[in-house]
Amino acid sequence: MSLYPDSRLNGEGLRLSYGERNVVENLSVGFPDGKITVIVGANACGKSTALRAFSRLMKPEGGVVTLDGKSIADRPSREVAKTLGLLPQSPIAPEGLSVRDLVARGRHPHQSWWKQWSDDDRIAVDAALEATGMIELAERDVDELSGGQRQRAWIAMAVAQETDLLLLDEPTTYLDIAHQLDVLDLVARLNRQHGRTIVMVLHDLNLAIRYADHIVAMRGGRLIVEGPPKEIITREFLAEVFGVAGEVVMDPIMGHPVVLPHSTIAR
Amino acid sequence: MRIRPRASVARAIAAAALVLLVVAVVAMSVGDRATNPAELVRALFGSGEENVVYAVREVRLPRVVLAVVVGAAFGIAGGISQGVLRNPLASPDVLGVSAGASVAAVGVMAIGALGGPIGLVPIPVAALVGGFGAAALIAALGFGAGFRGRSLLLVGIALSTALTGITQYLLTRMDVAGAQSAASWLTGSLNARGWDDAAPVLIGVAVVVPIVLILGHSARALIFEDDLTRNWGINGSAVRVALLACSVSLAALATSAGGPIGFVALVSGQVARRTARVADIPPILSGLIGAIIVLVADTASRTVFPVQLPVGVLTAIVGAPYLLYLLQRPRRGRGAL
Repeated sequence: MSLYPDSRLNGEGLRLSYGERNVVENLSVGFPDGKITVIVGANACGKSTALRAFSRLMKPEGGVVTLDGKSIADRPSREVAKTLGLLPQSPIAPEGLSVRDLVARGRHPHQSWWKQWSDDDRIAVDAALEATGMIELAERDVDELSGGQRQRAWIAMAVAQETDLLLLDEPTTYLDIAHQLDVLDLVARLNRQHGRTIVMVLHDLNLAIRYADHIVAMRGGRLIVEGPPKEIITREFLAEVFGVAGEVVMDPIMGHPVVLPHSTIAR
Repeated sequence: MRIRPRASVARAIAAAALVLLVVAVVAMSVGDRATNPAELVRALFGSGEENVVYAVREVRLPRVVLAVVVGAAFGIAGGISQGVLRNPLASPDVLGVSAGASVAAVGVMAIGALGGPIGLVPIPVAALVGGFGAAALIAALGFGAGFRGRSLLLVGIALSTALTGITQYLLTRMDVAGAQSAASWLTGSLNARGWDDAAPVLIGVAVVVPIVLILGHSARALIFEDDLTRNWGINGSAVRVALLACSVSLAALATSAGGPIGFVALVSGQVARRTARVADIPPILSGLIGAIIVLVADTASRTVFPVQLPVGVLTAIVGAPYLLYLLQRPRRGRGAL
């Protein structure tokens, strides 16, 4: 059934709508295992909505989301939560919540009301704090942290959930360029060193190109093109996906394409 | 540091339980005929001076138990609803449960005074029906709000204000003696109440506490938005509805037994959260704090002053300073607020 032989999470013919308004039409897409996939597209292209469907926050009107070959809607939600983690866009931490407590909350799917804290939880929380460089800040309150630190704390929470797949909705929103790189380097490390499959929505096309192994580009609720950035990022891509005229050049140091937008194309 | 994240809650619960025990011993020792600890223990087992045994077993013990269960019920109810609705103002008394109980109780007193069958309805029953009725009305009106956020709170406040208006009107139509006894009930009082009043609340607490413990693991996650908790496999709306039902039931039972004792439901959860230094409201700790507040207030109301004051007069005087102290306390490390 899989579109990619190595994709564990797939959407087949997805139709997603908010009430009467169709946002995504006939989307069939999968995410290569062990890779970083970035979904890109203009505002309101349906990319965040698609991510919601893949993390079962939204029920498709048509089509099916499958995880390991089985419909995600038919699987026990706790089992799914141990495989598939989600970090929503700009989540809010209540005041007085320490970083360690926040990260510990990520253990929720591994716990139950009669067994609320185990050695596994402690080890996973410490490992998540370590992996995200948050050990030093563990006892601080989340709402006292800077934007970049806060985002790392949230990622640590998602890491503590110990899922093979991690979905991130615009993890760099409201961050300056240095902190964007910082957060995305962390995400890349989780992928390379910890072998997690990453699917994220990013606004910034150049950052998407730089960090993605695989890009999924959407426009008007439909899949336009997908593939490795080096193969698909062209002037035509810019025009077709974003409605922008510009150049695509090679970054001589990083060795990946860079887009130079010049003007919007009147439609 | 390798600490269990919620060790502070366990410590605070142990400390609050100890404080409650000490206060309860003091409460059972003081009165017209003060007892020393040895006398108290003997009297509890039925030996010693006859009038001491009577005072301890028949007067003080039921009243202490009533104060503890009513306070615990208000404390748990307030902690739950504030946590579920993520709003420090969203206690059941603010949401209209107390106003519903009050209008029904005063209505029975006022109409009963005119004669007829309504006057035969016991006041606690009227209050219970009124409290649940108001809760049902809020639920119906707030259904569109998805049981969360400010809209439900606003619905509750609007309903509360309307019902309080009706209560005020009834008070103006009653004769002076009737109005005075109604006003005393409206303040919240444990005078001349005992086992019969405590039993229904005790049963309510005994039913709700296990539910709260079972749902607690999911309930603690409700401090986050539903996007996050749904990914964890939590049905946020179902947990919220179940917990709010527990909250209003406890509040209605407690109001029925002790009248609408003010401030306890509102303050206990906030004190609990800040004492344990956590981001959510631990319901059991909130219940213990409610019990301490009501027991201290009730004991003071019957011993410190020349006349027995209604307990509701004192709960705010007992609870408010501690909350104000906690609010003033500087933040340090993982401090609260």
